[in-house]
Amino acid sequence: MEIYMRNLSLIAGLLLGSAAVADTPVLTVYTYDSFVSDWGPGPAVEAAFEAQCSCDLQMVGAGDGAALLSRVKLEGSRSEADIVLGIDTNLMAAAMDTGLFEPVSIVADYAVPGGWDDKFFTPFDWGYFAFVQNVGAETVTNFRELAASDLKIVIQDPRSSTPGLGLLMWVKAAYGADAQEIWNDLDDNIVTVTAGWSEAYGMFLEGEADMVLSYTTSPAYHIIAEQDNSKTFAVFDEGHYMQVEVAGKLSSTDQPMLADQFLKFMVSNVFQEIIPTTNWMFPAVTPMTGLPEGFPKALSTKKSLIFSPSDAAALRKDALLEWQTALSQ
Amino acid sequence: MADSVIAITLRLTLGGAVIFALLIFSFGTAAAVASKGDGFGTLVLADFSAIWFTIWQALVSAILSVCLAIPVSRALWRQNFFGRRALIILLGAPFILPVLVGVLGLLAVFGRSGWISELLLFFGLGRLSIYGAFGVILAHVFFNLPLATRLLLQGWSAVPGEKFRVADSLGSNSWAKFLLIEWPMLRGAIPGAFVLIFLLCLTSFTVALAVGGGPRGTTIELAIYQAFRFEFDLGKAASLATVQFGICVTVAFLACLVPLPKLGGIGLDRLVQQFDAWKHRKLDLIWISGAAAFLILPLAAILFRGLGNILTLPGQVLAASITSLLIALISTAVCICLALVLSLSLAHSRLNTQKIAEGISILGLSTSPLVVGTGLFLMIFPFVHPASLAIPVTAFVNAMMAMPFVLRVLMPAVREIYNDYLHLRLSLNMGRGVWLMRIVFPRLRRPIGFSVGLVAALSMGDFGVIALFSDPELQTLPLMLYRLMGAYRMDQAAAVAVVLVAQSLFLFWIFDQGGRRHSVS
Repeated sequence: MEIYMRNLSLIAGLLLGSAAVADTPVLTVYTYDSFVSDWGPGPAVEAAFEAQCSCDLQMVGAGDGAALLSRVKLEGSRSEADIVLGIDTNLMAAAMDTGLFEPVSIVADYAVPGGWDDKFFTPFDWGYFAFVQNVGAETVTNFRELAASDLKIVIQDPRSSTPGLGLLMWVKAAYGADAQEIWNDLDDNIVTVTAGWSEAYGMFLEGEADMVLSYTTSPAYHIIAEQDNSKTFAVFDEGHYMQVEVAGKLSSTDQPMLADQFLKFMVSNVFQEIIPTTNWMFPAVTPMTGLPEGFPKALSTKKSLIFSPSDAAALRKDALLEWQTALSQ
Repeated sequence: MADSVIAITLRLTLGGAVIFALLIFSFGTAAAVASKGDGFGTLVLADFSAIWFTIWQALVSAILSVCLAIPVSRALWRQNFFGRRALIILLGAPFILPVLVGVLGLLAVFGRSGWISELLLFFGLGRLSIYGAFGVILAHVFFNLPLATRLLLQGWSAVPGEKFRVADSLGSNSWAKFLLIEWPMLRGAIPGAFVLIFLLCLTSFTVALAVGGGPRGTTIELAIYQAFRFEFDLGKAASLATVQFGICVTVAFLACLVPLPKLGGIGLDRLVQQFDAWKHRKLDLIWISGAAAFLILPLAAILFRGLGNILTLPGQVLAASITSLLIALISTAVCICLALVLSLSLAHSRLNTQKIAEGISILGLSTSPLVVGTGLFLMIFPFVHPASLAIPVTAFVNAMMAMPFVLRVLMPAVREIYNDYLHLRLSLNMGRGVWLMRIVFPRLRRPIGFSVGLVAALSMGDFGVIALFSDPELQTLPLMLYRLMGAYRMDQAAAVAVVLVAQSLFLFWIFDQGGRRHSVS
């Protein structure tokens, strides 16, 4: 009952409060679900930015990364959003094609492997995809071994999720023309395909699968935040596909100055310091304090696979078709 | 004549308008989809797999539900035991149970880390894998076995007990009795039950979304949703919606050949005296307890997990609960008003109301919510941001989807009143107002109460159109449940499920009771 009363007063407070702060400018950022979850970077980012912008930062979770782009297309120029945060290099070309994004010039000392130079999108973190599993469990060292094993994996839908799309690109980068065959053989290892990363990772933690598609940095979460050394990732000898996560400013924004301010803030030390231990990715600009202890090392260039945005866009349709065909049989 | 020509014309016009609205709703939205400007997207192999999967899973689900319902309903009909009445009432529950809640319960029992899997592991066997065809069919049988059982139980209860007494006195064995008395009844009842369940499974969305496991368990409805929400490929959505509509119309046409079952619940609790019931008691009780366990365990799992976690729910649950209530009440009001107008205006026309009700039912049942949703979306999109109309659109679609069930309750009731009392009205030269207020509505209280409860509960638990239209900031209880399941916060999901079920059942109960109190009939 007490909780009930508190909620009522909370709602009343929100209703009354919104009238009082009506003059405060609102910056709306569309992002993926796990970014705004209680344990994600969202709460800390919001507090830090609001402390310097005298504005109201509203971060809205709109599914996983790829669904995010679909939502922006759906809303078009009517969108409430000013910033879209959380698509990656594989989707950048498709995002550009919508014509909804505005060029920006944000300068920073990027630590993204291969450097960064794009007129429209600004990176905020990066990482390597990997299959995360329990320490000591049966493991494999490449996709062929995985497909031949009885290991059960959970993956994400490439149409709605950036890790899901990243996996398609990973298989393409490592196996090229043999990708179809790999997917045919992987079919019986897949427990289920989830719409987003959070669902898949949650299922893995509940013991619904032996492995989950995530990042090389995910075990660090368990080590640092939970003092739990039981999670690791399977090192693949063909290398790991890279993801660079970016944000862009929508042309339809009614807060262009504030949007620029946010993007600058995003590559600043305050924001970048939050990333490693909340989003569990490598920061796009190395923070002054460096990386936390327990974080994995970056891979050698040879083992870091990535397609350019235009190559990824060109490959996407065929890769998606191969995946759908293999998994729908 | 009690009515002037004008009144009659007005009445028929109103009724015609409602039928017109229904036609626009099903065919118009499909036409809007088909006539979309940018043309159709081409279907790929995976889409044809989805089409194939949709048809065969519906077929298998319907066959399994009906086949299992035969021994279960027979056992329920001839055995008396403690809790029989309660079990029969409980069989009605899955019909108004929100689909996501059922799925959550099934995951707890049949999931990879569910009770059955743990049991299998204990005996050294592998885990169950619920994602894919198995899970989809399992969930469909969970929802439809009780429905089929109730429908067949009606058939069994309608067989006069005298027939069995005569057969017994002639010394017939059970096989002869089955062949001569029970089979003719089943032959009449099974096709209707089968078609009803096949239609319900053909437009399944939520089940495939939750346990389809990816491309291997994707229905057309789900593929439409994915084309929309994942890729914003309206051309593909339009192509798939056209296919879905084509399949539904074909099946609806075939369905016209068999009579659909009545959806009442009267006369199910009569026990026919069977002199040889004791002979079958053991086997019958196995069937009954098996079916009861299949029905009760998933629900118990949610109650067990959810009840203790209700207080841990975030404050948003209150807002979500109010939004859901609002949607339920709006759609109930719309549905009942339209259904009443239609029933009353057709009541003493010379048209065959039975056939009209039948036609509307089949139309409504074979209308795909996602096709309607896509059509409405395309109609609204050029003018206003569809998400801003999410609540009224959802309420309206829910009202239309519940219409077939409501008409099947209301139309016969109205017809009966007109048959019994119209001469009274004519002999007293009663005015229209008095006739409606004093004679018709008091006698309709009960069917109206039941219908209102039904629509409110169905609408409360709906998760389909709202998933298509919602923006991230809109919360309803089913949306919240889905998002919590997505974040794998199963304790909180179970708690929201408990709130949702409690709210649905409470609405149904309060309206149904309201109808019973002071009711004349």
